[in-house]
Amino acid sequence: MTTRNFGAPIRRNEDVRLLTGQALFVDDVELPGMLYAAFLRSNVAHAIIRSIDVEAARARDGVVAVYTAEDLGNYWAPGPLLVPPPPIKDTIFNQRTQVPLAKDKVRHVGEPLAVVLAESRYIAEDALADIAVELDPLPAVVDLEKALADASATVHDGVRGNVAAHVRQSRGNYAMARAHADRVIARRFLYDHGASSPIETRGIVAKWDARANQLTIWDTTQAPVFFRNGIAGMLGLSERQVRVIAPFVGGGFGPKIMLFYPEEVVIPWAAIKLNRPVKWIEDRLEHFFATTHERGQTHDAEIALAADGRILGVKDVFLHDTGAYNPYGLTVPINSQCTLLGPYVIPNYDSTFTAIFTNKPIVTPYRGAGRQHGVFVIERLLDLAAHELNIDRAEIRRRNLIPPDAFPYNNEIIYQDFAPLSYDSGNYEPILDKALEMIGYDRFLAEEQPRLRGQGRHVGVGVACYVEGTGIGPYEGAKVQVQANGKVNVATGIGTQGQGHFTVFAQIVADQLGVEVSDVDIVTGDTDQFYWGAGTFASRGAVVAGNACNEAAKAVRQKILKLAAEHFECAEEDLEIANGEVSVVGVPGQAIKLGALALKANPMRGAVRPGTEPGLESTQYFGPSGGATASGVHAMIVEVDPQTFMLEVLKYVVVHDCGTVINPLILAGQIHGGVAQGIGNAYYEQLVFDEDGQLLNASLADYLLPTALEVPHMDIAHTVTASPLNPLGVKGAGEAGAIPVGPLFAQAIENALGLLDQKVELNEIPLSPGRLFELTAKLR
Amino acid sequence: MSTDSHEINVTVNGTACRRTVESRLLLSDFLRHDLLLAGTHVGCEHGVCGACTVIFDGAAVRSCLMFAAQADGHAIMTVEGLAADREHLHPLQESMRDCHGLQCGYCTPGILMTMKVFLDETPSPDEAQIREALSGNLCRCTGYQHIVEAMQLAAQRLRG
Repeated sequence: MTTRNFGAPIRRNEDVRLLTGQALFVDDVELPGMLYAAFLRSNVAHAIIRSIDVEAARARDGVVAVYTAEDLGNYWAPGPLLVPPPPIKDTIFNQRTQVPLAKDKVRHVGEPLAVVLAESRYIAEDALADIAVELDPLPAVVDLEKALADASATVHDGVRGNVAAHVRQSRGNYAMARAHADRVIARRFLYDHGASSPIETRGIVAKWDARANQLTIWDTTQAPVFFRNGIAGMLGLSERQVRVIAPFVGGGFGPKIMLFYPEEVVIPWAAIKLNRPVKWIEDRLEHFFATTHERGQTHDAEIALAADGRILGVKDVFLHDTGAYNPYGLTVPINSQCTLLGPYVIPNYDSTFTAIFTNKPIVTPYRGAGRQHGVFVIERLLDLAAHELNIDRAEIRRRNLIPPDAFPYNNEIIYQDFAPLSYDSGNYEPILDKALEMIGYDRFLAEEQPRLRGQGRHVGVGVACYVEGTGIGPYEGAKVQVQANGKVNVATGIGTQGQGHFTVFAQIVADQLGVEVSDVDIVTGDTDQFYWGAGTFASRGAVVAGNACNEAAKAVRQKILKLAAEHFECAEEDLEIANGEVSVVGVPGQAIKLGALALKANPMRGAVRPGTEPGLESTQYFGPSGGATASGVHAMIVEVDPQTFMLEVLKYVVVHDCGTVINPLILAGQIHGGVAQGIGNAYYEQLVFDEDGQLLNASLADYLLPTALEVPHMDIAHTVTASPLNPLGVKGAGEAGAIPVGPLFAQAIENALGLLDQKVELNEIPLSPGRLFELTAKLR
Repeated sequence: MSTDSHEINVTVNGTACRRTVESRLLLSDFLRHDLLLAGTHVGCEHGVCGACTVIFDGAAVRSCLMFAAQADGHAIMTVEGLAADREHLHPLQESMRDCHGLQCGYCTPGILMTMKVFLDETPSPDEAQIREALSGNLCRCTGYQHIVEAMQLAAQRLRG
């Protein structure tokens, strides 16, 4: 294999269509006779439904149908549990999943009550105002601690204390470690993570072809295969009768992996019932209520340390807001629990969490998927420990890093993929060194900061470490096929939302088959093109689907060599594949184009040997034995205005190890975007609920996504520790940028304002100018 | 239902169109669903995200904040009008591709429209000016850095 493309900063195959306005997104699907849907949603968080009167809406000109839960009949059912709880001893898990249209009771603002289908979206929205709903409000469950009290209202009948789950995991013996500690530091930490807010909201189009008995669905999903299988089952169809296409999807970041949103259940059903295509596109206001969030956790954590700063143990007890339903199981809080351990040796760990139902939208993974919460706790504990023990912040981290000879490193607890939390490979100290060097850490603290302080400026530095479990199973597959025109077609089951799959998979395949990257056509997210797969989540596309592409391309390469050897009557070893053709080494003129060979592989007459498969084609699957653990360090220099608490990030550095790099340009983009979302989470974005469970800032004018003015220039460097768990040696990179930004901001702002010396700690995220003003009130 | 309608004459990407539209029809919906120019994307419908930006008589405007009827007698350029064909991208598009200035690509048409007007008016911008000009367009994927680099490259190419 001549590696030419793997590792190169190749520009993307998919860009031309996107740049010219010719990429198909779900809302671009226009079909004759299409109906448009609008959903009537609850405007209170918790209420008994007394009545829903849709007669006036049904009578409106242009309205074709209006449905409530009753109309769904036996089709009405709570959704499936997507991720069962991992096999952890004594786990309590109370499954309560979302329903297509609310019946009897509503449990969060935005929960759908009825759907209107009309000749235009404008008419459908008009008709929503015709529907008369009587709701008897109940007290809303909003605050996590109050939710546990006996006196609290309950989101679900039969779930006392609103406990959705209770899980304890431990290693070693924390109590004994604590007894031998020189120092124990205990604090409460609050970490709130917001809405992923892709610029494209969700949407779905469904078309029933009665003649063919075939249902086609275009959906903004990250998991088209899983969606097809589920919706086929619900509708009583065979999987083969349903084609799900996730075309270009305008950002996902997690919530689009959630299944089955009520709209995803109702729209296909309505399309069949009415025998007309139906489109529903979420508007931005709906998106804030109808698409899943991530949200808050409250951690009561303590760290036991030796006098030299070595961690003897950590204990953490936390509450997790799971929202009104828990279809995604325990993925988010398990990630928090596991990722807290970070790149550090923590020999004794005792972690317990309680997931709580609240009258708020559902919580499912959003880029980082709970990892941020855990990283915030350990990084803050280390900052406080460094301050109390008078050890440099970078140094205390260095002293606790897992040494390079300790891999694979088993943390002895269970991860989200149900496997033991084992780090496959890593070398953490060079990452820290590189980040400190790039940010100029020593010089900043010794020279720059005193000089700037002398000028009355408040400038601080921060450094934060993290690991990220990526590339988990179960599996993905790919079909690689040489076409008669010499191009190579690759189909895989995962969906794509901007990650560059059309390019990185093409790079992998192009190297195996000796063709140009631009001559490899990738199809993702079309269940008629590739039948099997799990989906795009957990930073796993490049690892799992990428390796499947590689395996399939290797098999095709073997077929090419075998057939060409027969054609030239030579040994396979004498052949070379390059520039789209196979040639006999050292014999000028003895060459055949791959397209011509593909035609030969599919003879139209004559006989073939028994066992011959047609075409230059192979389908292969890849499933890793465990996840690959990426790691990194972020460092930042920030200036804080002590009057307004506005920030200016003067320098931002990311050093990252995600194993071997397929495309450094695309990788940089992933990191930039992750950091930008991390910055939003750290300082700008917060979903604000009042005591009635009303979301108070459900617009992009009030929920502040960072703009080009808030996101700084970033300097990025990589170290490479290949994963031993896959042949390409890659690890995932999608979420890493977003994970350590919260603790980095808290630390750097504290440092800029000298807060720890004044006994002010920033133990919560998000911060904001207003919140910093409040937290520093006692200094004024 | 509002049934009042207007006949409008509008030039889109150099082509004159005559259509009858309802008063309340948004310009963004008119472009996307009536003219089938779906390259103009809708992200928020309240004028914040900038995805629906088009060039209206030479100015970058948000088509979700205008009615189609207001376009009567005016000239509009959408992303579909930027390149002659896929083989001949505009320097803005080429630079976005070279610098990996897009990921999911959903905000991209609005950014191209905003920055076309900006670079026409500011042919030699510095980074701060580019960031200021970009700040009305939200991108959730890229962190903006590659877009800023793309605009620097595009400015250079457009200056020739």
